[in-house]
Amino acid sequence: MKKLLLLGDEAIAQGALDAGISGFYGYPGTPSTEIGEYVQKNSEAIERDVHRIWASNEKTAMEAALGMSYAGKRSIVTMKHVGLNVAADPFVNSALTGANGGLIVAVADDPSMHSSQNEQDSRFFAKFAMIPTFEPSNQQEAYDMQSHAFELSEKYKLPILLRITTRLSHSRAGVVRKKVLKENELELPKDPNQFMLLPAFSRKKYKHHLSIQKDLEKESEVSIFNKYFDTEDKSLGIIACGLSYNYLMENFEDGKCPFPVLKICQYPIPRKQVAKIMSECDKILVLEEGMPVVEEMLRGFLNIEEKVIGRLDGTLPRDGELNPAIIRKSLGLEELKSLPIPDVVAGRPPALCKGCPHINTYLALNRSLEKYGKGHVFSDIGCYTLGFLPPFNAINTCVDMGASFTMAMGASDAGLFPAVGVIGDGTFGHSGLTGLLDSVVQKSNVVLIILDNDITAMTGMQDSTVTNRIEDICKGIGVAEEHIRVITPLPNKEDENVKILEEEILYTGVSVVISRRPCIHIVGKKK
Amino acid sequence: MKKDIILAGVGGQGILTIATIIGYAAVESGLYLKQAEVHGMSQRGGDVQSHLRISDKEIFSDLIPLGCADMILSVEPMESLRYIPYLSEKGWLITNTEPYLNIPNYPELEKVKEEINSIKNNIAFNANNIAKELGNSRALNIVMLGAASFSLGISYEKLEEGIRFVFGRKGETVVESNLKALKTGKEIAEKQTL
Repeated sequence: MKKLLLLGDEAIAQGALDAGISGFYGYPGTPSTEIGEYVQKNSEAIERDVHRIWASNEKTAMEAALGMSYAGKRSIVTMKHVGLNVAADPFVNSALTGANGGLIVAVADDPSMHSSQNEQDSRFFAKFAMIPTFEPSNQQEAYDMQSHAFELSEKYKLPILLRITTRLSHSRAGVVRKKVLKENELELPKDPNQFMLLPAFSRKKYKHHLSIQKDLEKESEVSIFNKYFDTEDKSLGIIACGLSYNYLMENFEDGKCPFPVLKICQYPIPRKQVAKIMSECDKILVLEEGMPVVEEMLRGFLNIEEKVIGRLDGTLPRDGELNPAIIRKSLGLEELKSLPIPDVVAGRPPALCKGCPHINTYLALNRSLEKYGKGHVFSDIGCYTLGFLPPFNAINTCVDMGASFTMAMGASDAGLFPAVGVIGDGTFGHSGLTGLLDSVVQKSNVVLIILDNDITAMTGMQDSTVTNRIEDICKGIGVAEEHIRVITPLPNKEDENVKILEEEILYTGVSVVISRRPCIHIVGKKK
Repeated sequence: MKKDIILAGVGGQGILTIATIIGYAAVESGLYLKQAEVHGMSQRGGDVQSHLRISDKEIFSDLIPLGCADMILSVEPMESLRYIPYLSEKGWLITNTEPYLNIPNYPELEKVKEEINSIKNNIAFNANNIAKELGNSRALNIVMLGAASFSLGISYEKLEEGIRFVFGRKGETVVESNLKALKTGKEIAEKQTL
């Protein structure tokens, strides 16, 4: 059969479509974005009219997907690892409500922080919520796991976490498609109280959830994605989770590893196989992308299992993503010869694009704040975070989606003047609205700048939920109309923009300045 | 047959287009392929690279191990050097020599060229000028692809098919001009390696 050349993300999307999803929900975030984009562009998804519109944020996406599950249909919800923090409330509680139609929560982690503010490991969340997890090691598995995960989800009436990491998300390989399943019919839960988490129900549900954990372990023990490769040489046993399996095999001719290998791609970890490798081998090397989740379980708090080695004892680096060379070293194999990077090579960090509207906003903002000194600008997550870099040095913070407005508010409460928040239109829609409401209710003395470039630019031009609605939203939330100002960030408007910003800084109360000019990448392209 | 290739450049210079063409050609040739790309923040004018692996056997790692690349194919001279640790002793360094200046501390071009020339198997020329002469200044990436075509382990005809696949919907003129860029790059490389 002809192979499709797919990114790991795209393989997930194709797999979910072929497993009969009726809805995709999600919020764009590197490295998960291409799952949603693929569904949106896929002709079969369009023909079937699979739901495929980006949500305002990960929490609303997760809840909508849960709603589709309630109604008996299959759905997938996607996000990056920090997005799962935003969706944590519905995610953790969905372990108790369970699913009706199959539900996959696909989360892409970003070890080494290529495009993220931290490198948390989503498997911790799944363990916390006691939700089964799939972690593909390659693109074909990313595809194949969808139908298996949906089956498991419907068998145990539980949502499933699908965890991938950057390298698989953004690496292409040939994928063979399997049978396309029909979508589920609308069907309400058999138990009308399934999704009712009043304490009296929750207590029962929690007991039930605890009681099926043994069954979920058994599922992992017989899973086709967990494999045990036995060999004679038991001086070392290797537990390789997800993608790390490939890096391990890369170091041996034709993937022939001389030591027993337990490849884990379905969690909870398979007890029987783990017990076997632990009892038979002298040492156990644990390879996992991200944090030492499995390693920590095997070592125990008192570090009794000294034969377990990995990220915690320094055999592997404690942070950052793995690669073939790191694993080669941990196996004690000779390092491959390689030349160093020549000294002449200079760093080339990402930068705001030529002609980017944010440049002109920051130039005007810097001028308007000159007399107050540094340290007044609270920013957010998006292209405009690059305004931190020279020559702008325009912002002082970047923490999480929506933290600009709210941190400005808190700093103002502490007496900082001026206190300025800077947020993009996409991020404003994601989680800026509630912060703005807080500042209006509390009559904060803040200037909040919304950088409206008409698009969610950083993640690759997805629609923004607030396009054409920003003034109405601000008015509706209660910002005084005369303090909702719109400026056009262009060089020839700079003096005028500085003047407007200075006026609003001097106003005691909540000012919103909307700095509006489309991203240069969509000029003339957007309908 | 196994070819490990690092594609290098600056975000927006079109290395992912090169990757797509080679990827298409490899799959059409019945080969295994893995190709890791960089998406996200770095695409905003930062350094970007793609690990492209082609083989007639199953490929494990999405990343090329250090010291194992058969080729670094770069559309920017300094960027070609950033990935030298990946290049094998016998590997080819094939690069455009026109610098992409978006940083204040770009090194002296002569020093960059010296480093490039210190790699035994190198092909280096100004692809911007060639593309401009051909009347399609955006096709500098395809010129470089042409220069690498002798050592990709894929037939030249399949690369041409890849170009038709990628540029087809932009019309025959665009296709033809890119095919010409591919051919010119190939001819320059042949002259340099004689």
